[in-house]
Amino acid sequence: MAEQAVKSTRRAYGEALLELGEREERVVVLDADLSKSTYTNLFAKRFPHRFFNMGISECKMICCAAGLATTGKIPFASSFAVFAAGRAWEMVRLSIGYTNLNVKIAASHAGISVGEDGPTHHCAEDIALMRVIPNMSVLVPADAIETRKMVFAAAEWEGPIYIRLGRPDIPILFDDSYRFQIGKAYVIKEGKDVSIFACGLMVWQAIEALELLEKEGIDAELVNVSTVKPLDEETILRSLSKTGCAVSVEEHNIIGGLGSAIAELIGEKLPAPLERVGIRDRFAESANWKELLKKYNLSPQDIRDSAIRALRRKVEKR
Amino acid sequence: MPDKIKELKIKATQLRIDIIKMLSAAGSGHSGGSLSAADIVACLYFSVMRHNPQNPRWEERDRFVLSKGHACPVLYAALAEAGYFPKEELLTLRKLNSILQGHPDMNKTPGVEFSSGSLGQGFAAAFGMALGYKLDNKPGRIFVMLGDGECQEGIVWETAMGASHYKLDNLTAILDYNNLQIDGKVSEIMEIAPIVDKFRAFGWTVYEIDGHNIEEILWALSTERIVAGKPTMIIARTVKGKGVSFMENQVDWHGKAPTPQEAELALKELYEELERLKEDG
Ligand SMILES: Cc1ncc(C[n+]2csc(CCOP(=O)(O)OP(=O)(O)O)c2C)c(N)n1
Ligand SMILES: [Mg+2]
Repeated sequence: MAEQAVKSTRRAYGEALLELGEREERVVVLDADLSKSTYTNLFAKRFPHRFFNMGISECKMICCAAGLATTGKIPFASSFAVFAAGRAWEMVRLSIGYTNLNVKIAASHAGISVGEDGPTHHCAEDIALMRVIPNMSVLVPADAIETRKMVFAAAEWEGPIYIRLGRPDIPILFDDSYRFQIGKAYVIKEGKDVSIFACGLMVWQAIEALELLEKEGIDAELVNVSTVKPLDEETILRSLSKTGCAVSVEEHNIIGGLGSAIAELIGEKLPAPLERVGIRDRFAESANWKELLKKYNLSPQDIRDSAIRALRRKVEKR
Repeated sequence: MPDKIKELKIKATQLRIDIIKMLSAAGSGHSGGSLSAADIVACLYFSVMRHNPQNPRWEERDRFVLSKGHACPVLYAALAEAGYFPKEELLTLRKLNSILQGHPDMNKTPGVEFSSGSLGQGFAAAFGMALGYKLDNKPGRIFVMLGDGECQEGIVWETAMGASHYKLDNLTAILDYNNLQIDGKVSEIMEIAPIVDKFRAFGWTVYEIDGHNIEEILWALSTERIVAGKPTMIIARTVKGKGVSFMENQVDWHGKAPTPQEAELALKELYEELERLKEDG
């Protein structure tokens, strides 16, 4: 098999921002002393007058971005997820959510694939934290191509958006024909036995799980739910009414993220067996990110096992 | 050179050697800020603090909180050197199942007083420890180390206000003033000067020293410097990456570990320094 091209979603973000800066004068970028890690340094170099380094002060950054938005700018504010969504949460809630201002928060180093820096820098809670804020949309790209399209779509969307980015280089899954739309889930592979709803780098892990399932004669459907909010209810329910059982897959605590969003939806509209793949409500640790994905139940094997369990429950139900 | 000074210089160099070894074994981590803090941390653990490695939770102990938690290699090196855990553990830094996390974890590492790494929080937690010691009339002192970039966080100033309001003279903070953060010079990214005036205005007793001069560090950390009813701030002028020529004052060495080749070069310099110190006097 040929070497697969890889790129981190944070780098794709930085590159997209640079492109966006060229054609949209109103875009301004804020960072909090992590511009080399979030790749906003690319924008900073090209448009120094539209880049503001806040120093190490995420709370101020969020409110400052909100202030900039009131003057007609389109601010993109970046830091690590744990600081942008975590530390500055109440600032996001009021200054961006309540005000319903046109601010984009693009947070990198989400999940546990941060790796060696450890639990203080991991963030398995941000989808939950951002999802509960009214007016906030939550986007989780699966690869570099989707990230790029997402950044452009976010700039055109009027209102608060949270974009969740990752640290590691991961395979590029899509090509330029990929169509991203805020609020639309994307069916990667159709199937009839079980629906797998994934987001972020776990889409790649889920694609690998498809192979495992196929070997066992299971025809799974894989849906990239890159907009966690507003959730694409139509696509999810259509898939579920066909397959009758589901697995949610995310690099996030099983509490509060994509799995919860799907459980909320199907609990109300179409009750069916659901298995959640995610971090099982515990803090991870420092280690190489690939080792962490294995140890904390985020491997293709974990997805395969969950799919089997969901299928079994569907059969028992009948 | 007095024996005590010489001994501490040797300890600091030993810490630097262990920092390089563990970072190189880990393949990631923060070199610059660990090296800049080595002389101060050596003075704390091997001269100033009353602590007991055999009984890390001794109730009366002095405590040290590393608020700039990313510099934990220097803390781990000191704890191992003091005997809190075997030195072999140092080479497990940042690896799966290690007691040595990428940032300090008080529940995994004996001797680590508080989990830190999100800048600013350790300072406020140290404030709480000082408050607790006061409440119980404990004699122990609370030491806490901050980075200069860290001072850009609002919580640092909220804490500065709180510690003087509660007259916490059992709290001594040390600011590792190396004038570098991640994106560049502190003075260019977000100026914190005049830092002495700021902390004085917040009600602290402030001393300004050379953070690599053992005599000056000991002088500033002495109980004699404490002014009753006020917390103490030591502004320590330092060089990020201190002790390894090619890391000194280089912003790129903030969050990077040396490759095996770079580690070899660094260790050569440090061992030479160690020999020089041992022969001297
Ligand atoms: C709240 C928070 N924001 C951002 C970071 C990421 N970060 C880690 S170290 C660092 C720079 C620290 O600079 P400084 O305090 O000067 O430390 P030193 O130079 O001593 O390494 C940053 C921004 C963090 N750890 N915590
Ligand atoms: Mg500094």
